[in-house]
Amino acid sequence: MNAFLPYVLTIAQAALLLLLAPFMVGWVRLVKARLQNRRGAGPLQPYRDIRKLFAKEAVVAENASWIFRFTPYLVFGVTVLAGAIVPILAVDLPLAPVADVIALVAIFALARFFIALAGLDIGTAFGGMGSSREMTIASLAEPAMLMAIFAASLITQSTSLSTMVAEIHKGVLLKPSFAFALLAFVLIALAENGRIPVDNPATHLELTMIHEAMILEYSGRHLAMIEWAGMMKLMLFSLLGIALFAPWGIAGATDAGSVAFAFVVMAAKLLLAATALPILETGLAKLRFFRVSEFLGVAFLLSTLAILSHFILER
Amino acid sequence: MSPVFLAQVIDLLSALVLLLGFGLLAQRRIYALLHLFAWQGLFLAANTAIVAYGAGVRHLYFSALMTLAMKVVLIPYILHVLIRRMKIERDVEAMVNVPLTLLIGIALVVLSYNVMSPIQEFSTLMTRSTLAIALATVMLGLLMMITRRHAVAQVIGFLAMENGLFFAATSATYGMPMVVELGVALDILIAALIFGVFFFQIRTTFESLDLSKMARLKEDVGE
Repeated sequence: MNAFLPYVLTIAQAALLLLLAPFMVGWVRLVKARLQNRRGAGPLQPYRDIRKLFAKEAVVAENASWIFRFTPYLVFGVTVLAGAIVPILAVDLPLAPVADVIALVAIFALARFFIALAGLDIGTAFGGMGSSREMTIASLAEPAMLMAIFAASLITQSTSLSTMVAEIHKGVLLKPSFAFALLAFVLIALAENGRIPVDNPATHLELTMIHEAMILEYSGRHLAMIEWAGMMKLMLFSLLGIALFAPWGIAGATDAGSVAFAFVVMAAKLLLAATALPILETGLAKLRFFRVSEFLGVAFLLSTLAILSHFILER
Repeated sequence: MSPVFLAQVIDLLSALVLLLGFGLLAQRRIYALLHLFAWQGLFLAANTAIVAYGAGVRHLYFSALMTLAMKVVLIPYILHVLIRRMKIERDVEAMVNVPLTLLIGIALVVLSYNVMSPIQEFSTLMTRSTLAIALATVMLGLLMMITRRHAVAQVIGFLAMENGLFFAATSATYGMPMVVELGVALDILIAALIFGVFFFQIRTTFESLDLSKMARLKEDVGE
Protein backbone atom coordinates (compact mmCIF):
# COMPACT_ATOMS: atom_id res chain seq x y z
CA MET A 1 0.00 0.00 0.00
CA ASN A 2 2.69 2.44 0.99
CA ALA A 3 4.39 2.09 -2.37
CA PHE A 4 1.26 3.33 -4.15
CA LEU A 5 0.45 6.08 -1.71
CA PRO A 6 2.53 8.83 -3.37
CA TYR A 7 0.81 8.18 -6.71
CA VAL A 8 -2.61 8.11 -5.09
CA LEU A 9 -1.77 11.36 -3.34
CA THR A 10 -0.69 13.04 -6.57
CA ILE A 11 -4.00 12.18 -8.20
CA ALA A 12 -5.89 13.10 -5.04
CA GLN A 13 -4.25 16.53 -5.03
CA ALA A 14 -5.34 17.31 -8.56
CA ALA A 15 -8.83 15.93 -7.84
CA LEU A 16 -9.09 18.04 -4.69
CA LEU A 17 -8.18 21.11 -6.66
CA LEU A 18 -10.80 20.32 -9.30
CA LEU A 19 -13.56 19.64 -6.81
CA LEU A 20 -12.88 22.20 -4.11
CA ALA A 21 -12.05 25.25 -6.24
CA PRO A 22 -15.69 26.16 -7.04
CA PHE A 23 -16.58 25.82 -3.37
CA MET A 24 -13.79 28.17 -2.39
CA VAL A 25 -14.91 30.79 -4.90
CA GLY A 26 -18.52 30.32 -3.76
CA TRP A 27 -17.40 30.88 -0.19
CA VAL A 28 -15.47 34.03 -1.14
CA ARG A 29 -18.54 35.39 -2.94
CA LEU A 30 -20.81 34.52 -0.01
CA VAL A 31 -18.61 36.26 2.57
CA LYS A 32 -18.30 39.24 0.27
CA ALA A 33 -22.06 39.43 -0.17
CA ARG A 34 -22.59 39.27 3.57
CA LEU A 35 -20.04 42.03 4.14
CA GLN A 36 -21.97 44.17 1.67
CA ASN A 37 -25.30 43.49 3.43
CA ARG A 38 -26.53 41.21 0.67
CA ARG A 39 -27.78 37.68 1.27
CA GLY A 40 -25.71 36.21 -1.52
CA ALA A 41 -25.96 32.79 -3.16
CA GLY A 42 -24.83 29.72 -1.25
CA PRO A 43 -21.28 28.47 -1.55
CA LEU A 44 -22.45 25.74 -3.96
CA GLN A 45 -23.64 28.21 -6.59
CA PRO A 46 -20.45 27.98 -8.73
CA TYR A 47 -21.05 24.22 -9.17
CA ARG A 48 -24.53 24.95 -10.52
CA ASP A 49 -23.15 27.65 -12.80
CA ILE A 50 -20.56 25.28 -14.21
CA ARG A 51 -23.13 22.53 -14.75
CA LYS A 52 -25.44 24.98 -16.48
CA LEU A 53 -22.68 26.24 -18.74
CA PHE A 54 -21.66 22.70 -19.69
CA ALA A 55 -25.24 21.92 -20.72
CA LYS A 56 -25.44 24.98 -22.95
CA GLU A 57 -24.44 25.19 -26.58
CA ALA A 58 -21.05 26.76 -27.24
CA VAL A 59 -21.43 29.61 -29.70
CA VAL A 60 -18.24 30.40 -31.59
CA ALA A 61 -17.74 33.50 -33.70
CA GLU A 62 -17.54 32.91 -37.46
CA ASN A 63 -14.03 34.26 -37.86
CA ALA A 64 -12.61 32.48 -34.83
CA SER A 65 -9.58 30.33 -35.57
CA TRP A 66 -8.43 27.13 -33.87
CA ILE A 67 -6.72 29.16 -31.15
CA PHE A 68 -10.07 30.32 -29.87
CA ARG A 69 -11.41 26.76 -29.62
CA PHE A 70 -8.19 25.28 -28.32
CA THR A 71 -7.54 27.82 -25.55
CA PRO A 72 -10.15 26.68 -22.98
CA TYR A 73 -8.83 23.11 -23.06
CA LEU A 74 -5.22 24.25 -22.80
CA VAL A 75 -5.93 26.61 -19.91
CA PHE A 76 -7.92 23.98 -18.07
CA GLY A 77 -5.32 21.25 -18.57
CA VAL A 78 -2.40 23.47 -17.65
CA THR A 79 -4.11 24.55 -14.44
CA VAL A 80 -4.80 20.95 -13.40
CA LEU A 81 -1.16 20.14 -14.14
CA ALA A 82 -0.08 23.00 -11.89
CA GLY A 83 -2.30 21.50 -9.21
CA ALA A 84 -0.33 18.28 -9.41
CA ILE A 85 2.96 20.17 -8.93
CA VAL A 86 2.13 22.39 -5.96
CA PRO A 87 2.49 20.43 -2.72
CA ILE A 88 -1.02 20.57 -1.29
CA LEU A 89 -1.15 17.59 1.03
CA ALA A 90 2.33 16.12 1.03
CA VAL A 91 5.87 16.82 -0.12
CA ASP A 92 8.18 14.57 -2.17
CA LEU A 93 5.45 13.32 -4.47
CA PRO A 94 6.44 11.63 -7.76
CA LEU A 95 5.48 14.64 -9.88
CA ALA A 96 7.49 17.07 -7.74
CA PRO A 97 10.77 16.72 -9.70
CA VAL A 98 8.91 17.35 -12.98
CA ALA A 99 8.78 21.10 -12.52
CA ASP A 100 10.29 23.56 -10.11
CA VAL A 101 8.76 26.82 -9.05
CA ILE A 102 10.10 28.76 -12.05
CA ALA A 103 8.44 26.28 -14.37
CA LEU A 104 5.25 26.76 -12.39
CA VAL A 105 5.35 30.50 -13.12
CA ALA A 106 5.99 29.65 -16.76
CA ILE A 107 2.96 27.34 -16.78
CA PHE A 108 0.75 30.17 -15.55
CA ALA A 109 2.31 32.43 -18.16
CA LEU A 110 1.49 29.91 -20.90
CA ALA A 111 -2.17 29.88 -19.88
CA ARG A 112 -2.25 33.66 -19.83
CA PHE A 113 -0.55 33.92 -23.21
CA PHE A 114 -3.18 31.73 -24.84
CA ILE A 115 -6.09 33.54 -23.20
CA ALA A 116 -4.66 36.84 -24.46
CA LEU A 117 -4.29 35.36 -27.95
CA ALA A 118 -7.87 34.10 -27.86
CA GLY A 119 -9.00 37.57 -26.81
CA LEU A 120 -7.31 39.00 -29.90
CA ASP A 121 -8.36 36.13 -32.16
CA ILE A 122 -12.01 37.02 -32.61
CA GLY A 123 -11.13 40.59 -33.52
CA THR A 124 -13.62 42.45 -31.32
CA ALA A 125 -12.67 45.70 -29.67
CA PHE A 126 -13.18 44.43 -26.13
CA GLY A 127 -11.11 41.30 -26.60
CA GLY A 128 -8.15 43.28 -27.88
CA MET A 129 -8.45 45.84 -25.13
CA GLY A 130 -8.66 43.14 -22.48
CA SER A 131 -5.63 41.32 -23.88
CA SER A 132 -3.58 44.48 -24.03
CA ARG A 133 -4.42 45.33 -20.43
CA GLU A 134 -3.82 41.81 -19.21
CA MET A 135 -0.38 41.70 -20.79
CA THR A 136 0.47 45.13 -19.35
CA ILE A 137 -0.32 43.85 -15.88
CA ALA A 138 1.40 40.52 -16.49
CA SER A 139 4.61 42.19 -17.63
CA LEU A 140 4.75 43.95 -14.26
CA ALA A 141 3.43 41.13 -12.08
CA GLU A 142 5.63 38.34 -13.36
CA PRO A 143 9.04 39.84 -12.48
CA ALA A 144 7.71 40.67 -9.03
CA MET A 145 6.37 37.13 -8.66
CA LEU A 146 9.71 35.64 -9.66
CA MET A 147 11.59 37.94 -7.28
CA ALA A 148 9.31 36.94 -4.39
CA ILE A 149 9.87 33.30 -5.21
CA PHE A 150 13.62 33.83 -5.51
CA ALA A 151 13.59 35.32 -2.03
CA ALA A 152 12.00 32.13 -0.70
CA SER A 153 14.48 30.11 -2.78
CA LEU A 154 17.42 31.98 -1.26
CA ILE A 155 16.25 31.13 2.24
CA THR A 156 15.72 27.48 1.41
CA GLN A 157 18.61 27.10 -1.07
CA SER A 158 16.42 25.42 -3.65
CA THR A 159 13.94 26.15 -6.42
CA SER A 160 12.16 22.83 -6.18
CA LEU A 161 8.82 23.53 -4.52
CA SER A 162 8.85 20.28 -2.62
CA THR A 163 12.29 20.90 -1.11
CA MET A 164 11.40 24.51 -0.36
CA VAL A 165 8.25 23.57 1.51
CA ALA A 166 10.02 20.82 3.45
CA GLU A 167 12.83 23.22 4.33
CA ILE A 168 10.45 25.96 5.51
CA HIS A 169 8.43 23.37 7.39
CA LYS A 170 11.52 22.53 9.42
CA GLY A 171 11.41 25.98 10.88
CA VAL A 172 11.95 29.53 9.71
CA LEU A 173 11.21 32.14 12.27
CA LEU A 174 11.16 35.89 12.26
CA LYS A 175 13.00 36.42 9.03
CA PRO A 176 12.38 39.88 7.59
CA SER A 177 13.02 38.62 4.08
CA PHE A 178 10.29 36.08 4.57
CA ALA A 179 7.80 38.69 5.77
CA PHE A 180 8.57 40.94 2.80
CA ALA A 181 8.24 38.05 0.37
CA LEU A 182 4.85 37.13 1.88
CA LEU A 183 3.57 40.70 1.54
CA ALA A 184 4.78 40.85 -2.06
CA PHE A 185 3.19 37.50 -2.79
CA VAL A 186 -0.20 38.66 -1.48
CA LEU A 187 -0.12 41.75 -3.70
CA ILE A 188 0.90 39.70 -6.73
CA ALA A 189 -1.73 37.05 -6.06
CA LEU A 190 -4.39 39.79 -6.02
CA ALA A 191 -3.15 41.09 -9.36
CA GLU A 192 -2.71 37.68 -10.99
CA ASN A 193 -6.18 36.53 -10.08
CA GLY A 194 -7.85 39.77 -11.12
CA ARG A 195 -9.07 40.57 -7.63
CA ILE A 196 -10.20 43.96 -6.44
CA PRO A 197 -7.53 46.61 -6.40
CA VAL A 198 -6.46 45.57 -9.90
CA ASP A 199 -9.50 44.08 -11.61
CA ASN A 200 -13.06 43.47 -10.46
CA PRO A 201 -14.14 39.84 -10.99
CA ALA A 202 -17.83 40.72 -10.64
CA THR A 203 -18.15 43.38 -13.30
CA HIS A 204 -18.72 43.57 -17.01
CA LEU A 205 -18.38 47.33 -17.09
CA GLU A 206 -16.72 48.21 -20.40
CA LEU A 207 -14.11 50.62 -19.19
CA THR A 208 -12.73 48.73 -16.25
CA MET A 209 -12.86 45.03 -17.02
CA ILE A 210 -9.66 43.22 -17.84
CA HIS A 211 -10.02 39.47 -17.53
CA GLU A 212 -13.72 39.53 -18.34
CA ALA A 213 -13.05 41.53 -21.50
CA MET A 214 -10.81 38.81 -22.92
CA ILE A 215 -13.28 36.01 -22.35
CA LEU A 216 -16.35 37.99 -23.35
CA GLU A 217 -16.92 35.96 -26.51
CA TYR A 218 -16.81 32.59 -24.83
CA SER A 219 -19.96 30.64 -24.08
CA GLY A 220 -21.16 27.18 -23.14
CA ARG A 221 -18.56 24.57 -22.26
CA HIS A 222 -15.68 26.84 -23.33
CA LEU A 223 -16.72 29.46 -20.81
CA ALA A 224 -17.29 26.79 -18.16
CA MET A 225 -13.74 25.50 -18.57
CA ILE A 226 -12.19 28.96 -18.47
CA GLU A 227 -14.19 29.96 -15.42
CA TRP A 228 -13.40 26.70 -13.70
CA ALA A 229 -9.70 27.17 -14.48
CA GLY A 230 -9.93 30.69 -13.07
CA MET A 231 -11.37 29.32 -9.84
CA MET A 232 -8.63 26.72 -9.68
CA LYS A 233 -6.03 29.41 -10.24
CA LEU A 234 -7.31 31.37 -7.26
CA MET A 235 -7.18 28.25 -5.13
CA LEU A 236 -3.72 27.37 -6.44
CA PHE A 237 -2.33 30.75 -5.50
CA SER A 238 -3.83 30.41 -2.03
CA LEU A 239 -2.34 26.93 -1.75
CA LEU A 240 1.03 28.12 -3.04
CA GLY A 241 1.00 30.92 -0.48
CA ILE A 242 0.08 28.45 2.26
CA ALA A 243 2.74 25.97 1.13
CA LEU A 244 5.49 28.60 0.95
CA PHE A 245 4.68 30.77 3.93
CA ALA A 246 2.68 28.61 6.35
CA PRO A 247 3.30 24.94 5.54
CA TRP A 248 2.70 23.64 9.06
CA GLY A 249 0.92 20.32 9.03
CA ILE A 250 1.95 19.15 5.55
CA ALA A 251 2.67 15.41 5.36
CA GLY A 252 5.58 13.35 4.11
CA ALA A 253 5.05 11.23 0.99
CA THR A 254 4.68 7.80 2.58
CA ASP A 255 2.91 8.60 5.79
CA ALA A 256 -0.74 7.56 5.48
CA GLY A 257 -1.79 8.69 8.96
CA SER A 258 -0.60 12.25 8.70
CA VAL A 259 -2.21 12.77 5.28
CA ALA A 260 -5.66 12.93 6.82
CA PHE A 261 -4.36 15.41 9.35
CA ALA A 262 -2.68 17.40 6.56
CA PHE A 263 -6.01 17.53 4.72
CA VAL A 264 -7.86 18.92 7.74
CA VAL A 265 -5.17 21.53 8.40
CA MET A 266 -5.05 22.48 4.72
CA ALA A 267 -8.83 22.88 4.58
CA ALA A 268 -8.81 25.08 7.68
CA LYS A 269 -6.05 27.30 6.32
CA LEU A 270 -7.77 27.54 2.95
CA LEU A 271 -11.03 28.56 4.59
CA LEU A 272 -9.15 31.19 6.53
CA ALA A 273 -7.59 32.52 3.32
CA ALA A 274 -10.97 32.46 1.56
CA THR A 275 -12.45 34.52 4.40
CA ALA A 276 -9.56 36.97 4.59
CA LEU A 277 -9.67 37.67 0.83
CA PRO A 278 -13.20 39.16 0.69
CA ILE A 279 -12.55 41.14 3.89
CA LEU A 280 -9.43 42.61 2.26
CA GLU A 281 -11.29 43.26 -0.97
CA THR A 282 -14.19 44.97 0.76
CA GLY A 283 -11.78 47.36 2.45
CA LEU A 284 -10.11 48.39 -0.80
CA ALA A 285 -11.24 50.44 -3.76
CA LYS A 286 -10.40 49.44 -7.28
CA LEU A 287 -7.37 51.29 -8.59
CA ARG A 288 -7.44 53.35 -11.73
CA PHE A 289 -5.70 51.33 -14.44
CA PHE A 290 -2.75 53.72 -14.63
CA ARG A 291 -2.20 53.36 -10.90
CA VAL A 292 -1.82 49.59 -11.20
CA SER A 293 1.80 50.05 -12.19
CA GLU A 294 2.35 51.68 -8.80
CA PHE A 295 0.62 48.83 -7.01
CA LEU A 296 2.81 46.28 -8.75
CA GLY A 297 5.81 48.55 -8.32
CA VAL A 298 5.27 48.21 -4.59
CA ALA A 299 5.05 44.44 -4.97
CA PHE A 300 8.33 44.48 -6.89
CA LEU A 301 9.89 46.72 -4.25
CA LEU A 302 8.82 44.38 -1.46
CA SER A 303 10.16 41.30 -3.18
CA THR A 304 13.45 43.07 -3.96
CA LEU A 305 13.69 44.18 -0.35
CA ALA A 306 13.10 40.56 0.63
CA ILE A 307 16.14 39.50 -1.38
CA LEU A 308 18.24 42.43 -0.19
CA SER A 309 17.39 41.91 3.47
CA HIS A 310 18.34 38.28 3.07
CA PHE A 311 21.83 39.39 2.06
CA ILE A 312 22.10 42.30 4.47
CA LEU A 313 20.55 40.86 7.60
CA GLU A 314 20.60 37.10 7.43
CA ARG A 315 24.07 35.99 6.50
CA MET B 1 15.98 35.40 25.87
CA SER B 2 18.69 34.01 23.66
CA PRO B 3 20.97 36.44 21.81
CA VAL B 4 20.07 34.79 18.50
CA PHE B 5 16.41 35.50 19.05
CA LEU B 6 17.17 39.07 20.09
CA ALA B 7 19.31 39.57 16.99
CA GLN B 8 16.42 38.30 14.88
CA VAL B 9 14.00 40.75 16.51
CA ILE B 10 16.49 43.56 15.89
CA ASP B 11 16.78 42.52 12.24
CA LEU B 12 13.02 42.45 11.86
CA LEU B 13 12.56 45.87 13.45
CA SER B 14 15.29 47.39 11.32
CA ALA B 15 13.69 45.88 8.23
CA LEU B 16 10.44 47.57 9.27
CA VAL B 17 12.26 50.91 9.66
CA LEU B 18 13.59 50.50 6.13
CA LEU B 19 10.16 49.56 4.80
CA LEU B 20 8.67 52.67 6.41
CA GLY B 21 11.44 54.69 4.78
CA PHE B 22 10.12 53.47 1.43
CA GLY B 23 6.58 54.16 2.58
CA LEU B 24 7.51 57.77 3.27
CA LEU B 25 8.99 57.98 -0.20
CA ALA B 26 5.78 56.85 -1.87
CA GLN B 27 3.02 58.34 0.30
CA ARG B 28 1.18 61.30 -1.21
CA ARG B 29 -1.12 62.36 1.60
CA ILE B 30 0.21 64.67 4.27
CA TYR B 31 -1.46 63.08 7.28
CA ALA B 32 -0.56 59.53 6.25
CA LEU B 33 3.02 60.74 5.82
CA LEU B 34 3.03 61.99 9.38
CA HIS B 35 1.66 58.69 10.68
CA LEU B 36 4.29 56.72 8.77
CA PHE B 37 6.97 58.93 10.28
CA ALA B 38 5.60 58.32 13.79
CA TRP B 39 5.61 54.56 13.15
CA GLN B 40 9.20 54.71 11.99
CA GLY B 41 10.11 56.47 15.23
CA LEU B 42 8.23 53.85 17.23
CA PHE B 43 10.08 50.94 15.60
CA LEU B 44 13.34 52.81 16.04
CA ALA B 45 12.64 53.29 19.74
CA ALA B 46 11.70 49.62 20.15
CA ASN B 47 14.85 48.62 18.29
CA THR B 48 17.00 50.82 20.54
CA ALA B 49 15.38 49.43 23.68
CA ILE B 50 16.05 45.86 22.54
CA VAL B 51 19.66 46.69 21.70
CA ALA B 52 19.96 48.22 25.17
CA TYR B 53 18.58 45.05 26.72
CA GLY B 54 20.64 42.69 24.55
CA ALA B 55 23.94 44.55 24.97
CA GLY B 56 23.34 45.61 28.56
CA VAL B 57 23.99 49.26 27.79
CA ARG B 58 22.06 51.35 30.29
CA HIS B 59 22.07 54.74 28.66
CA LEU B 60 20.48 53.36 25.50
CA TYR B 61 17.24 52.88 27.44
CA PHE B 62 17.25 56.61 27.94
CA SER B 63 17.88 57.18 24.23
CA ALA B 64 14.99 54.88 23.37
CA LEU B 65 12.72 56.77 25.74
CA MET B 66 13.82 60.07 24.25
CA THR B 67 13.20 58.81 20.72
CA LEU B 68 9.76 57.73 21.80
CA ALA B 69 8.97 61.08 23.37
CA MET B 70 10.43 63.20 20.57
CA LYS B 71 9.79 61.36 17.34
CA VAL B 72 6.63 59.48 18.12
CA VAL B 73 4.79 62.01 20.28
CA LEU B 74 6.16 65.53 20.30
CA ILE B 75 7.31 66.27 16.74
CA PRO B 76 4.36 64.51 15.05
CA TYR B 77 2.09 66.46 17.40
CA ILE B 78 3.73 69.78 16.50
CA LEU B 79 3.49 69.02 12.78
CA HIS B 80 -0.08 67.84 13.24
CA VAL B 81 -1.07 71.13 14.86
CA LEU B 82 0.74 73.05 12.11
CA ILE B 83 -1.03 71.11 9.38
CA ARG B 84 -4.39 71.75 10.97
CA ARG B 85 -3.71 75.43 11.51
CA MET B 86 -2.67 75.90 7.92
CA LYS B 87 -5.67 73.84 6.71
CA ILE B 88 -3.57 71.68 4.43
CA GLU B 89 -4.90 68.33 5.72
CA ARG B 90 -6.23 67.46 2.32
CA ASP B 91 -3.14 68.37 0.36
CA VAL B 92 -2.22 65.61 -2.03
CA GLU B 93 1.14 66.03 -3.61
CA ALA B 94 1.40 65.55 -7.35
CA MET B 95 4.31 63.16 -7.66
CA VAL B 96 5.46 62.37 -11.13
CA ASN B 97 6.91 58.91 -11.11
CA VAL B 98 6.56 56.89 -7.94
CA PRO B 99 7.85 53.55 -9.32
CA LEU B 100 11.01 55.26 -10.58
CA THR B 101 11.59 56.88 -7.18
CA LEU B 102 11.17 53.49 -5.53
CA LEU B 103 13.66 51.93 -7.95
CA ILE B 104 16.19 54.64 -7.13
CA GLY B 105 15.51 53.83 -3.48
CA ILE B 106 16.34 50.17 -4.09
CA ALA B 107 19.56 51.20 -5.83
CA LEU B 108 20.42 53.28 -2.75
CA VAL B 109 19.88 50.26 -0.50
CA VAL B 110 22.26 48.22 -2.66
CA LEU B 111 24.77 51.06 -2.59
CA SER B 112 24.65 51.36 1.21
CA TYR B 113 25.07 47.62 1.53
CA ASN B 114 28.16 47.79 -0.68
CA VAL B 115 29.60 50.71 1.25
CA MET B 116 28.92 49.21 4.64
CA SER B 117 29.86 45.58 4.12
CA PRO B 118 33.63 46.11 4.73
CA ILE B 119 32.82 47.91 7.99
CA GLN B 120 30.48 45.11 9.01
CA GLU B 121 33.38 42.66 8.80
CA PHE B 122 35.27 44.55 11.51
CA SER B 123 32.36 45.02 13.86
CA THR B 124 31.65 42.52 16.60
CA LEU B 125 28.48 44.09 17.91
CA MET B 126 25.15 42.29 17.73
CA THR B 127 23.79 45.15 15.63
CA ARG B 128 26.43 45.01 12.90
CA SER B 129 24.05 43.67 10.25
CA THR B 130 21.76 46.69 10.62
CA LEU B 131 24.49 49.18 9.69
CA ALA B 132 23.65 49.02 5.99
CA ILE B 133 19.95 49.49 6.78
CA ALA B 134 20.76 52.58 8.84
CA LEU B 135 22.75 54.15 6.02
CA ALA B 136 19.97 53.25 3.59
CA THR B 137 17.45 55.02 5.84
CA VAL B 138 19.61 58.16 5.74
CA MET B 139 19.84 57.91 1.95
CA LEU B 140 16.09 57.43 1.59
CA GLY B 141 15.46 60.52 3.70
CA LEU B 142 17.83 62.44 1.45
CA LEU B 143 16.09 61.12 -1.65
CA MET B 144 12.77 62.17 -0.18
CA MET B 145 14.07 65.71 0.34
CA ILE B 146 15.19 65.78 -3.28
CA THR B 147 12.07 64.36 -4.92
CA ARG B 148 9.40 66.10 -2.85
CA ARG B 149 8.13 69.56 -3.57
CA HIS B 150 5.83 70.00 -0.64
CA ALA B 151 7.46 71.81 2.29
CA VAL B 152 6.00 69.52 4.97
CA ALA B 153 7.09 66.42 3.06
CA GLN B 154 10.62 67.80 2.79
CA VAL B 155 10.72 68.44 6.52
CA ILE B 156 9.55 64.89 7.19
CA GLY B 157 12.29 63.69 4.85
CA PHE B 158 14.79 65.64 6.90
CA LEU B 159 13.49 64.14 10.13
CA ALA B 160 13.57 60.65 8.62
CA MET B 161 17.20 61.30 7.75
CA GLU B 162 17.86 62.15 11.39
CA ASN B 163 16.11 58.90 12.33
CA GLY B 164 18.60 57.10 10.11
CA LEU B 165 21.57 58.87 11.71
CA PHE B 166 20.39 57.93 15.18
CA PHE B 167 19.88 54.38 13.98
CA ALA B 168 23.39 54.34 12.53
CA ALA B 169 24.85 55.53 15.82
CA THR B 170 23.01 52.78 17.69
CA SER B 171 24.09 50.02 15.33
CA ALA B 172 27.69 51.19 14.89
CA THR B 173 28.71 52.01 18.46
CA TYR B 174 25.67 51.39 20.69
CA GLY B 175 24.71 55.04 20.59
CA MET B 176 26.46 58.38 20.93
CA PRO B 177 27.52 59.88 24.28
CA MET B 178 24.57 61.16 26.26
CA VAL B 179 25.56 64.83 25.92
CA VAL B 180 25.65 64.63 22.14
CA GLU B 181 22.33 62.84 22.00
CA LEU B 182 20.64 65.39 24.23
CA GLY B 183 22.04 68.18 22.08
CA VAL B 184 20.81 66.59 18.87
CA ALA B 185 17.37 65.97 20.34
CA LEU B 186 17.10 69.60 21.36
CA ASP B 187 18.27 70.72 17.92
CA ILE B 188 15.63 68.61 16.24
CA LEU B 189 12.92 70.01 18.47
CA ILE B 190 14.00 73.60 17.80
CA ALA B 191 14.24 72.79 14.08
CA ALA B 192 10.65 71.51 14.09
CA LEU B 193 9.50 74.77 15.68
CA ILE B 194 11.49 76.92 13.26
CA PHE B 195 10.15 74.89 10.32
CA GLY B 196 6.69 75.79 11.59
CA VAL B 197 7.51 79.48 11.39
CA PHE B 198 8.94 78.97 7.90
CA PHE B 199 5.80 77.16 6.75
CA PHE B 200 3.70 80.16 7.68
CA GLN B 201 6.14 82.58 6.04
CA ILE B 202 6.28 80.56 2.83
CA ARG B 203 2.55 80.28 2.70
CA THR B 204 1.86 83.99 3.24
CA THR B 205 4.39 84.89 0.53
CA PHE B 206 3.59 82.23 -2.07
CA GLU B 207 0.06 81.18 -1.03
CA SER B 208 1.16 77.56 -1.26
CA LEU B 209 3.61 75.17 0.30
CA ASP B 210 4.71 73.84 -3.06
CA LEU B 211 8.39 74.71 -3.06
CA SER B 212 8.75 74.49 -6.83
CA LYS B 213 7.08 77.90 -6.89
CA MET B 214 10.06 79.31 -5.02
CA ALA B 215 12.21 78.66 -8.07
CA ARG B 216 10.65 81.64 -9.79
CA LEU B 217 12.41 84.87 -8.96
CA LYS B 218 9.73 87.36 -9.93
CA GLU B 219 6.01 87.37 -10.36
CA ASP B 220 4.76 86.44 -13.78
CA VAL B 221 3.72 89.53 -15.66
CA GLY B 222 0.99 89.44 -18.26
CA GLU B 223 -0.32 85.98 -17.44
